[in-house]
Amino acid sequence: MSTLSQDHSLGRMSDNTIDRPGERAPLVLNMDKFSEVTATVCRVNEAEKAPFAWYVAFAAALGLLSILGACIGYLILTGVGVWGLNNPVMWAYDITNFVFWVGIGHAGTLISAILFLFRQKWRTGINRFAEAMTIFAVICAGTFPGIHVGRVWFAYWLFPIPNQMEMWPQFRSPLLWDVFAVSTYFTVSLLFWYTGMVPDLATLRDRAKGKIQQLGYGLFSLGWRGSNRHWHRYERAYLILAALSTPLVLSVHSVVSFDFATSQLPGWHTTIFPPYFVAGAIFSGFAMVVTLAVPARELFGLKDLITLRHLDNMNKVILVTGCMVGYAYSMEFFIAWYSGAMYEKFAFINRAFGQYWWAYWIMVSCNVITPQLFWFKKIRTSIPLMFVLSIFVNVGMWFERFVIIVTSLANDFLPSSWDMFTPTWVDIGTMVGAFGLFFTLFLLFCRYLPMIAMAEVKAVMPQADPHGAGAGKQGHHGHGHAHAHDGHGH
Amino acid sequence: MATIVTTPTATGAGQPAAKPTRIYGLLAEFETPGDLMAAAEKCRDAGYRWWDCHTPFPVHGLDGAMGIKRTILPWLVFGAGATGTLVAFLLQAYTNSWNFPMWAGVWVHGYPFLISGKPAMSLPAFIPVMFELTILFSALATVKLMFLFNGLPLLYHPLFTSNRFRRASNDRFFIVIEARDPKFLPKRTEEFLKTLSPVSIETVQD
Repeated sequence: MSTLSQDHSLGRMSDNTIDRPGERAPLVLNMDKFSEVTATVCRVNEAEKAPFAWYVAFAAALGLLSILGACIGYLILTGVGVWGLNNPVMWAYDITNFVFWVGIGHAGTLISAILFLFRQKWRTGINRFAEAMTIFAVICAGTFPGIHVGRVWFAYWLFPIPNQMEMWPQFRSPLLWDVFAVSTYFTVSLLFWYTGMVPDLATLRDRAKGKIQQLGYGLFSLGWRGSNRHWHRYERAYLILAALSTPLVLSVHSVVSFDFATSQLPGWHTTIFPPYFVAGAIFSGFAMVVTLAVPARELFGLKDLITLRHLDNMNKVILVTGCMVGYAYSMEFFIAWYSGAMYEKFAFINRAFGQYWWAYWIMVSCNVITPQLFWFKKIRTSIPLMFVLSIFVNVGMWFERFVIIVTSLANDFLPSSWDMFTPTWVDIGTMVGAFGLFFTLFLLFCRYLPMIAMAEVKAVMPQADPHGAGAGKQGHHGHGHAHAHDGHGH
Repeated sequence: MATIVTTPTATGAGQPAAKPTRIYGLLAEFETPGDLMAAAEKCRDAGYRWWDCHTPFPVHGLDGAMGIKRTILPWLVFGAGATGTLVAFLLQAYTNSWNFPMWAGVWVHGYPFLISGKPAMSLPAFIPVMFELTILFSALATVKLMFLFNGLPLLYHPLFTSNRFRRASNDRFFIVIEARDPKFLPKRTEEFLKTLSPVSIETVQD
């Protein structure tokens, strides 16, 4: 490690974003022992008390969660009429929130699956909590269509359950594809997340002092004992799961976009939707990962594992996907003009200059202009700036879905059926409350489960290479745990 | 480097030495992945069969050093995926295109009906759900079979009685040779393990 650090005269190293030809930038800073990784990650779960800020955040999250509960309770007792939905705008905040949250989830799967297939080792520092974010985001997403169906006690009609009415769902509708896509996505993400966590839960089990911890971590680690015969199948299984999740994540947001694209509505009926939605999803999801990672690494002392380089890389992904989203916006406009369809042309001019112009321009400034600042390394590596910019992106992506959904519905073919949508307090309460649900789950996760994939981080440390710097023969230069050992036979 | 040897009489402060106990195996501890790798190769070449390495993370190349054969898991997952595709097709075709009666807990009927001019059997519209169920079946099979083949969940194991072994999930690397191995002889196996220069050797009770 010492050969890699740039400022070892200063002792601690904090900036690993500088690229040097012929050298791999370290992914773990200021640690050369595996036990240091274990201790740093487990400290968060093993501390008697969480940091004070955790309690403040948890109280705030619970407050928002109770707003969500109250709004949903009121909605169920009264009816969907408590939302500002009308004819023709029968989808508004609910579906906006649904698409927003599903989109957030996509970054987690991208990090855990796609970056895994591309052998991007830096993913190991952030994949665990990005996957957790995916699961909690999909829970939030699933809430919205669930309560939007109106009579929630019939929500099970969405599934093909044999029943005495001899009634089946309509499989030729994209809305039903969505049910299958999102529920498969949730299940597979959960499996992936849990499978990845089993070895780390075993670590927590082996270190647990209290009876409850021993029992809890012991049960959920399934008796994992790090056997190499197990690791062999485990690694295969993990690779297969990554290979399955990769097309899955692309399909989920494509199917979400089919909800719109297969309709006849101007502004929705476009073939660009599936790739455009997927790019937007990854864009918003990465912004959310940055929003969560920045405070989490400060609060729980994980700066050496979620390093500046990780954040820098994520900001680069935000920049790339932001450019894709910007391209999609302009291409939509071009096709609207090029198609020669007057309704399509009107829909887009109306989006930018109609009664919802402000939403459109919030979207453009947050999603197209903001990420362009990430061309500058100074901004990509500045913690406060990236935090603010990531929140801008989150806001922009929420507005993107709002613009797509509401402007198209509000002004369709016939001016006689046009109407404006205005949210009610229940709409706003439910939207804000969903963040409460998300953050409650996320904060509980931070406190009780290993936030960083310890086994995976250890495996990408230079010391983990049995033939490399950590191996007995070459272990003389500067390694904490190197020791004399006669050479081995290869 | 001196190897610490822990025999049952040395550790078993609570138990009388005379009590006959069954041995699960011998546990050798190593400090680095490189040491483990070299030792694993020697164990493989010595002809042991019931033995294993325990590591905090998958060590690259150890499968080869131990001579582990490739798992058949991917083929079974392929089968599960294909089942998912077929199930999804039959489900959609039955419920939306065919109408013969069938027993599924209750007597059910398919219900072909006309919607937006689409034919009752519209394969393109069935593709997304077929895709999703392929993935779902494959993923469930992957995780289930992986844990099943690994003999997990197993909440008790003799190795968990060793305090040293707790570091197998932290920063140490272990080789265990089980007593059921045909070549296992307590004294001779211990001598063999000593030649691998581990940090410690411990006898684990069953």
